[in-house]
Amino acid sequence: MSNGNMNLTLKVWRQKNAETKGAFATYKAEGISPDMSFLEMLDVVNEGLILKGDEPINFDHDCREGICGMCSLYINGHPHGPKNAITTCQLHMRSFHDGETIVIEPWRAAAFPVIKDLAVDRSSFDRIQQAGGFVSVNTGVTVDANEIPIPKVIADEAFNSATCIGCGACVAACKNASAMLFVSAKVSQLAMLPQGQPERWSRVQAMVAQMDEEGFGNCTNTGACEAECPKEIKMTNISRMNNDYFSAKLFREESTHEHAAGE
Amino acid sequence: MSLDAKIPQGPLAEKWSKHKFNLKLVNPANKRKYDVIVVGTGLAGGAAAASLAELGYNVKAFCFQDSPRRAHSIAAQGGINAAKNYQNDGDSVYRLFYDTIKGGDYRAREGNVYRLAEVSVNIIDQCVAQGVPFAREYGGLLDNRSFGGSQVSRTFYARGQTGQQLLLGAYSALNRQIHLGKVKMYTRTEMLDVVVVDGQAKGIVTRNLITGEIETHSGHAVLLGTGGYGNVFYLSTNAMGSNVTAAWRAHKRGAFFANPCFTQIHPTCIPVTGDHQSKLTLMSESLRNDGRVWAPKTVETAEKLRKGQLKAADVKEDDRDYFLERKYPSFGNLVPRDVASRNAKEMVDDNRGVGASGIAVFLDFADAINRLGKDAVAAKYGNLFDMYYQITNEDPYTQPMRIYPAVHYTMGGLWVDYNLSTNIPGLYALGECNFSDHGANRLGASALMQGLADGYFVIPYTLGDYLATIGPKPVDTNHPAFAKTKQETVDRINKLLSLKGTRTVDDYHRSLGHIMWEYCGMARTEEGLTKAKGLISDLRADFWKNVIVVGENDEINPALEKAGRVADFLELGELMVDDALMRRESCGGHFRLESQTPEGEALRDDDNFAFVAAWEYKADNQPEVLHKEVLDFEFVHLTQRSYK
Repeated sequence: MSNGNMNLTLKVWRQKNAETKGAFATYKAEGISPDMSFLEMLDVVNEGLILKGDEPINFDHDCREGICGMCSLYINGHPHGPKNAITTCQLHMRSFHDGETIVIEPWRAAAFPVIKDLAVDRSSFDRIQQAGGFVSVNTGVTVDANEIPIPKVIADEAFNSATCIGCGACVAACKNASAMLFVSAKVSQLAMLPQGQPERWSRVQAMVAQMDEEGFGNCTNTGACEAECPKEIKMTNISRMNNDYFSAKLFREESTHEHAAGE
Repeated sequence: MSLDAKIPQGPLAEKWSKHKFNLKLVNPANKRKYDVIVVGTGLAGGAAAASLAELGYNVKAFCFQDSPRRAHSIAAQGGINAAKNYQNDGDSVYRLFYDTIKGGDYRAREGNVYRLAEVSVNIIDQCVAQGVPFAREYGGLLDNRSFGGSQVSRTFYARGQTGQQLLLGAYSALNRQIHLGKVKMYTRTEMLDVVVVDGQAKGIVTRNLITGEIETHSGHAVLLGTGGYGNVFYLSTNAMGSNVTAAWRAHKRGAFFANPCFTQIHPTCIPVTGDHQSKLTLMSESLRNDGRVWAPKTVETAEKLRKGQLKAADVKEDDRDYFLERKYPSFGNLVPRDVASRNAKEMVDDNRGVGASGIAVFLDFADAINRLGKDAVAAKYGNLFDMYYQITNEDPYTQPMRIYPAVHYTMGGLWVDYNLSTNIPGLYALGECNFSDHGANRLGASALMQGLADGYFVIPYTLGDYLATIGPKPVDTNHPAFAKTKQETVDRINKLLSLKGTRTVDDYHRSLGHIMWEYCGMARTEEGLTKAKGLISDLRADFWKNVIVVGENDEINPALEKAGRVADFLELGELMVDDALMRRESCGGHFRLESQTPEGEALRDDDNFAFVAAWEYKADNQPEVLHKEVLDFEFVHLTQRSYK
């Protein structure tokens, strides 16, 4: 079924589940077309494994157009592979050369336990957002959209933060497995917008507290997160969040109340 | 069984208001006594789960992805329509209603579509309040653009990722309710059946995709927001996991499936490169605002382009055929999707296609770059151009994009009444998984609108009426229907694992896709459809003998997940073919070669086919029974659609 002429060697992390120890296994990927996406190359390998009665390599993926944030491979030492500003599903085999050996690992972080092979549990990201990543507004209780004018520069900057797809590459890239880039993007989007002001100070504290509870590491300003982020989220978000966090802790009395989520 | 759509009587503009007044209410103190199951966390399901929890119901929400934020609504690029008339260009609720009815080729209900247009304005307010960063003008107010099939600028957008931003809004509302304990969220959990107790939906059967555990969950009502079935074609713009299983299982438990053959083939997708292709990528329809679609005028020029002897940019103006502008001078490149897609196919059939495969036409931005400058074009479409470059290794700033139609959306789905209730009481279908509002063709920027309309502004009202009627008595989970449905699910999984055949699930899926695309795609004939019916039936029989699924149930097993989904596609495919055979007319996305105007446009047969085809499942390998819901057009005059 393949229609290309690249032959590759894959070293793939195989791990039955969170409790079992994993190890690398070696596979041949033959007849690969440079037009294939990286995940399509794995599809071809998996078809071959299934036909031999072997278990296919398990990896997370869904939209395959770079937006759902589900794909999560650590390829040759880089989250989402060697190219900048793309997800694994947008990485094509033309970025590799015939005969190359490719090492494929899962995201490695204590807060992202491996669930099988290359798939990890990123539910910690959901819990951080559940802790406060929202504006407390019920359906229907709103004003006309144009009654909230927002200067274009601010809207654009908030948008830049909002493009985060929650893939976790920032954590995988960080030597401390810190989630600061992700959390700060989420905090910043709402902190910059007028809609986010009423809960600004409680939100940042609640989300940072949850981040710490999940066991993510500290930020040491290395910048690997920004370099590897497929959506090019900037570290200025981290400065913004730190600023808000300290303001909230030091000067904002109202923020000492628990984040009430609008009840 | 008669199909009552329950459309309220009275003038269009009063139907929904009156209906809301007539619906029963659940006392605020009683709401917490009701459990509501919501399957799917995209725009429809996510918005419904959050809104119902805000009202006080206990919601259990389910998604097969690892996070509710990854539902496939996330991938919508272009925008969302709303009749705000912020641009002062003549828009109104009535115009949005009219455009949508016409765009759907008069195969949707007037009452539903009017309500959709009416609540569209509330959706934008809601999303902005949540912090959704829509595009804005320098004055700080919201920006709009026009979209295919419309002559007003009513589309709100967020760069090329409107779906992600809207979904993150709904997801944030959902997160808030999870935090408050009003929503219990089940991720990596797939619904495999619906539990029907004495004719009412009372629960679901699920598989935990990590442990394989088969569980039952009970609720006073079950809401499906499980998306469309475009992956029946194998290649589509849908996510790899998008599937029909939840809707199909509901169908096999008695819910009617409506207009299954109404599928949308989107005109601007990146062409197929080879057999390894796992999905197709859409290039947003918004590109047609500035891009011009063309093919070479002659076969000779096309051949040179295909062989790489000539570059697209070097083809002289005189040798180019801007076929949409030529044939449809008033809408030009902005004709609706079905029209644009069929015309691209005509070019390829005429041997004027481009690219190495010859299965593509051009979408050219040279004029726009000259007129607006490269920076302005990059500001509008930069992320789409980047994506195109990543996939094709070609730079769309210097040479035109190659595009070709691909399956994108399914207008058909579970039959629902005005309340979004299927014909099984207590079972509701929202968003793309129902059939209701787009008729035979969906206009651009209408899917997000419908998903959010259903989830935020329709179901919170209509569900209360049903719940008030049945009362808050707890669901009896000891009823034998729960254990029986669960056992049937277990048996089915064991059957799949026991086959140990020789062909992979993907291989069957690919074969099914070829059949569907060839015979039930952009052009359909009696002969081709008849042939497809036999092929699908044979393929299905072969699947249940020869498929190989490795591994076990009690672990992560994507091959097993996919096997169940493909088994359902193999049944749905045949129903789509039956529906396409029955409908001996062309309308919207359903084009029967036997029914066209002298100019080659879709020719409807309103006398015989102005109805919704609702199919009733009887038994495996038995013909389904057709029920017709006649469409009454009280306010709109049916005309031949013309975009000339």
